[in-house]
Amino acid sequence: MALFARTPVAPLEYSRKLWMRLWVGAVMVFLYAPLIVLMIFSFNDSKRNVVWRGFTTKYYEKALGNDQLVEALVNSLTIAALATLASLVLGTLAAVMLWRFRFPWKGAIDGTISLPIIVPEICLGVAFLMFFAAVGWPTDLVWPFNLGAITIAHITFCFPFVTMVVRSRLATFNREQEEAAKDLGASEGQVFRDVLIPHIKPALVAGALLSFTLSLDDFVITYFTSGPDTITFPVKVYSMVRFSVTPEVNAASTLLIILTVVLTFIALKAQGVKAIAETH
Amino acid sequence: MAEQDWKTSKRTFAAVSLPTLFWVVVFFLVPMAIVWLYSFGENRGLTDIEFSGTLENYKRATEWLYLTIFGKSFAVAALVTLICLIIGFPVAMAITFASEKWRPWLLLGIMLPFWTNLLIRTYALMMLLGTQGFANKGMGALWEGTSWIKTLVGLQPLPTWEPVQLLFNNFAVVFGLVYVHLPFMVLPLYAALDRLDRSLIEASLDLGAGHFRTIMRIVVPLAAPGIIAGVMITLIPALGAYLTPDLMGGTDSQMIANVIERQFKKANDWPFGAALSFLLIYAMFILIALQSMRKKVPEVR
Repeated sequence: MALFARTPVAPLEYSRKLWMRLWVGAVMVFLYAPLIVLMIFSFNDSKRNVVWRGFTTKYYEKALGNDQLVEALVNSLTIAALATLASLVLGTLAAVMLWRFRFPWKGAIDGTISLPIIVPEICLGVAFLMFFAAVGWPTDLVWPFNLGAITIAHITFCFPFVTMVVRSRLATFNREQEEAAKDLGASEGQVFRDVLIPHIKPALVAGALLSFTLSLDDFVITYFTSGPDTITFPVKVYSMVRFSVTPEVNAASTLLIILTVVLTFIALKAQGVKAIAETH
Repeated sequence: MAEQDWKTSKRTFAAVSLPTLFWVVVFFLVPMAIVWLYSFGENRGLTDIEFSGTLENYKRATEWLYLTIFGKSFAVAALVTLICLIIGFPVAMAITFASEKWRPWLLLGIMLPFWTNLLIRTYALMMLLGTQGFANKGMGALWEGTSWIKTLVGLQPLPTWEPVQLLFNNFAVVFGLVYVHLPFMVLPLYAALDRLDRSLIEASLDLGAGHFRTIMRIVVPLAAPGIIAGVMITLIPALGAYLTPDLMGGTDSQMIANVIERQFKKANDWPFGAALSFLLIYAMFILIALQSMRKKVPEVR
């Protein structure tokens, strides 16, 4: 009965109050029940998602045998990887610029860089649709160049998040370290590589995770940017959900949820929960 | 730490600033400018658009039909934000005051859905609400079975089965948006509460205020910046939400993003869609301006 018979609840131990625990428990059930039901029913041997008809993995085979779905998943992962790399570079450069230098119109430039975070997804999607139509972006390129338009759009909304995370980390950097390195004969580039980068590494990991998941998650902007031949995972799942609900979607979704969980745990192993939490 | 003037090391400054500025200008400002220009254009034929500087699109956007959709989107977003705040505040409190051992895991519990694909979460919710729908179908089958038996024994058949709708209505949209946006609210609330000086709460409790009064008079005012941040982070995406009303809503639960999408994918009226997009962006700016005004008030005093 260790659960009940313990020291009395102190005034500030809100999380040990029964109604608080029930509340948090209910919220967790609310957040997770749909996902867990989805994962369980992906093993259900029934075309309809209602009654349990026995265990099967045939929908996983079907999902993995669905060339379009696999292609969409590969596209999504490729875009996410490319967008993450580019966002890390651009986002870090922007953060260093804003942190280190004083220059004309700094406030305006700072605001403009974080604007893609605020502008609604739908407006950004519309803007890219019009932009790529106006410049006549070619749509018939070979893989992976056909993903160019989507990747560009993703970089635009991912890199401000990297800037945000890296900048808050840079604020804790001790400039004396930089001066010491320079006194000891390091060049500007060496300081950047050997002093600054190691300091901001946790922010880079967090920024990379954020970019990757944001890119993988995005439906609206991709929906407007993608041509007829470039389908990403969310766009494909959307059309599958829209036109017919099949257990294949459950199987594919389960795989992606597992991927998200694995990525999160890798990031946690590297950084610890608290560092990741602070990025939000 | 003092910032360095850009003129003292122009080459480094150029190296860090040019790539970013190039990207922001070419792949963000130019696309936005194109939308802005289109919003003053008109359709000529199927694909020709003339930039005539007309205000016709904006005039049309302020017609009663579109105003009600804007109003409804605001109402839905505000309701969702309020529900998220009511649900999320105790959760943030619980995480803040949880033991060292539990806190990271509770945080992780909130963050994992945040990182899970939005479409998958919406679909999962649809399936769950849909189980009711499928239950409806099962009941419908029973109903028809009874009807069939009744005709067999020579009685009037029952009227056709009408299922109860949990999905594809306004309730489903609000429910879905709360489900999707709850983590957005909890995380900034937690960040604000975590920074709180606990001795103030203890003092309030010592001096005889109850828990509820302490929360309302001490915790909420001190955590106000975090609460406002949480409200903005929830309100802004909820206002521009496309996926949830599209998949979970009915014909009468269109939000502004759905109307914009229709101009591009179905109605093929790009100038009008562009005007609506910019009105949505202006609405965001107004919200953000209101927030920053709120921030400046204490400084003035």
